[in-house]
Amino acid sequence: MKRPVYRTLVTSVAALLMAGLSVVAAQQQIRTPKQTPFPQKPDWSKLEVETLKVQGAVYLIAGAGGNIAAQVGDESILLVDTGYEQMAPKVLAAIRKLSNKPLRTIISTTMMDSHTGGAGALVKEGRQIDNTGPGLGGRPNEADHVGHAKLLALMTDMGRDKIAVDRWPPSTYPGKQKDMSSNDEPVVILHIPNAVTEGDSMVWFRKSDVLVTGEIMNMASFPHIDVEHGGTINGILEGLNTALEITVPKHNQEGGTMVIPGYGRIGDEHDVLEYRDMLTIIRDRVQNAIKKGMTLQQVKAMKPSATYEYEPRFNRDPAWTAEMFVEAIYKNLSVAK
Amino acid sequence: MHNVRRARIVAPMLLGLMLFLGVPAFAQIDFTGVWNGNTNSEDGPERAAGPSLVEYLGLPINDYARQWGLSYRSSRLSIPEHECQVHVVSYIHRGPFGARIWEERDPVTHQLIAIHEAINTYEQHRVIWMDGRPHPSPNAPHTWMGFSTGVWEGNMLTITTTHVKQGWYRRSNVPSSDEQTTVEHWVKNGNIWTHTTVTEDPNYLAEPLIKSEDLTLNPNPNFNPFWNCEYIEEGERKRGEVPSYFPGENPWVAEYAAQHNLPQEVTLGGPETMYPEYRNRMKTLPVAVFKSGSSELPTGATVAPPPGGGGQRGGGGGAAPPAGGAAPGGGRGGRGGRGQN
Repeated sequence: MKRPVYRTLVTSVAALLMAGLSVVAAQQQIRTPKQTPFPQKPDWSKLEVETLKVQGAVYLIAGAGGNIAAQVGDESILLVDTGYEQMAPKVLAAIRKLSNKPLRTIISTTMMDSHTGGAGALVKEGRQIDNTGPGLGGRPNEADHVGHAKLLALMTDMGRDKIAVDRWPPSTYPGKQKDMSSNDEPVVILHIPNAVTEGDSMVWFRKSDVLVTGEIMNMASFPHIDVEHGGTINGILEGLNTALEITVPKHNQEGGTMVIPGYGRIGDEHDVLEYRDMLTIIRDRVQNAIKKGMTLQQVKAMKPSATYEYEPRFNRDPAWTAEMFVEAIYKNLSVAK
Repeated sequence: MHNVRRARIVAPMLLGLMLFLGVPAFAQIDFTGVWNGNTNSEDGPERAAGPSLVEYLGLPINDYARQWGLSYRSSRLSIPEHECQVHVVSYIHRGPFGARIWEERDPVTHQLIAIHEAINTYEQHRVIWMDGRPHPSPNAPHTWMGFSTGVWEGNMLTITTTHVKQGWYRRSNVPSSDEQTTVEHWVKNGNIWTHTTVTEDPNYLAEPLIKSEDLTLNPNPNFNPFWNCEYIEEGERKRGEVPSYFPGENPWVAEYAAQHNLPQEVTLGGPETMYPEYRNRMKTLPVAVFKSGSSELPTGATVAPPPGGGGQRGGGGGAAPPAGGAAPGGGRGGRGGRGQN
């Protein structure tokens, strides 16, 4: 064999092998992505939002803070939560990629900045179809902003210095639930008393078969409990048990009703179930410790801790650690004793 | 002229070498057919009766998984939403198992698009994408069978599966997290399919879990694809009640170990228990003692968290190895609910 031929042959085979091996190597590097909490001090300019279709008319817009659900129909757009204020322009751009219909309704599920921060900016981008609009006198050039009456009460108690007035939901509902129709779909807003706060809601899209839980379920963390504003572990568990009653799996505990948690990946009933089980077990352990007369410090010092086996998966948010979570539960249950 | 001559020589050689070397894109083995698990010849406990309580042998689990298992109470399976819970992809091939495999090919080019695997346990259907598509977003839902892509490594099909639901590495009590990744290697020798899984789990495995099993091609397919599962209420309980044992109060920890004259530590799993040199340590450990109705863990069997909240048992600051032996005490709770295939 002449040298150039030999060289060409060797080079070609090597290239082919390299290509094949690189495919294999790339395949072997694939790993399930970890659920990570929202960055503490983000460079907002570098953050991007991601839009995923959930099912029916409902989409998930992730990456703006808390999860945002968008119901997109022939008539209008309805949002559940709005993410951080700084991300509002990117959220709006994501919405406009889905539809140019008017943003008619925004529902806030809780008080956190990560869920209602963008409400002010996005409400102003909304408009009503019939030029009457919601509220006293009507605001035809704004979206209708809905929340539980206790959410508004919490925000007004905190005051405009801490939460800008344009984040307050003017269209409130009292009591257990508010029913509405959006894009020819029944939408049920359910009050979850004393969950993350005393003013939380879940939103159930009945035709799309999607449930938006708000922060009572967080796929990267134990749920926040804002004790100061009425948050309790039992309220969160009540919300999760209600979610289990609403969700219906399609086949062998999978699919069917899809669940958009307050943060993290899309789930279904089984994800709610495992999360509910975990929180119930942790609650029961703290309750048992209180029954034994243990102090908060003793509960925190328990080995194994009340949250031990769940920590590698859910103790990931430095702003809401397992220890903070257990302390909040202890405070809840001590008061209830 | 030289180039033409060179091409005439090189092209056939190149083709021959490609075929000989089995470069991934070109080697394809056909797994089409109905396959049965070897129920009676291997993995018997996994495929049929199921593991005993606190039987974690051979699993490279970490302290967190062990604590999860020790807190687990079987009656949790009687919660309606748990009753139809499916074995995840990393485990299902070791359960009661039959599968039908077929190929999906482009009707024009006949290029392999996907391999389908219908598993009769829990009526599962998984798709192994062979067209190079990417895995889903971190925000996408997880499923029992996960999202799988495959490549050929010579005559071996290598499959990577992500986006799997939370499940278990051994049914009923050893958890697998929803962040596991499973790599499968499929090899076919005649009518035998050797199926190997290598599973990594950042939350519950201290080392990769490697398992293999052989399955047999069934020349007279009798494949029942149906696995009906309907929820029913099994007994009464308070709304939202979740059965579990408080840490240190599982009364069954020593039962399996004592029945088999094993030291307690062996049955609690962990990577160090998987290697041959562990036999020497086993000889130094006392055999576990189980007293029916006892409610306390054997001395040292409580799994304490490692200092600093991390590490594994027996390494990196893990908890002290349990020493075996059951202490007597009053009963609390018991084994409830029903088993699960």
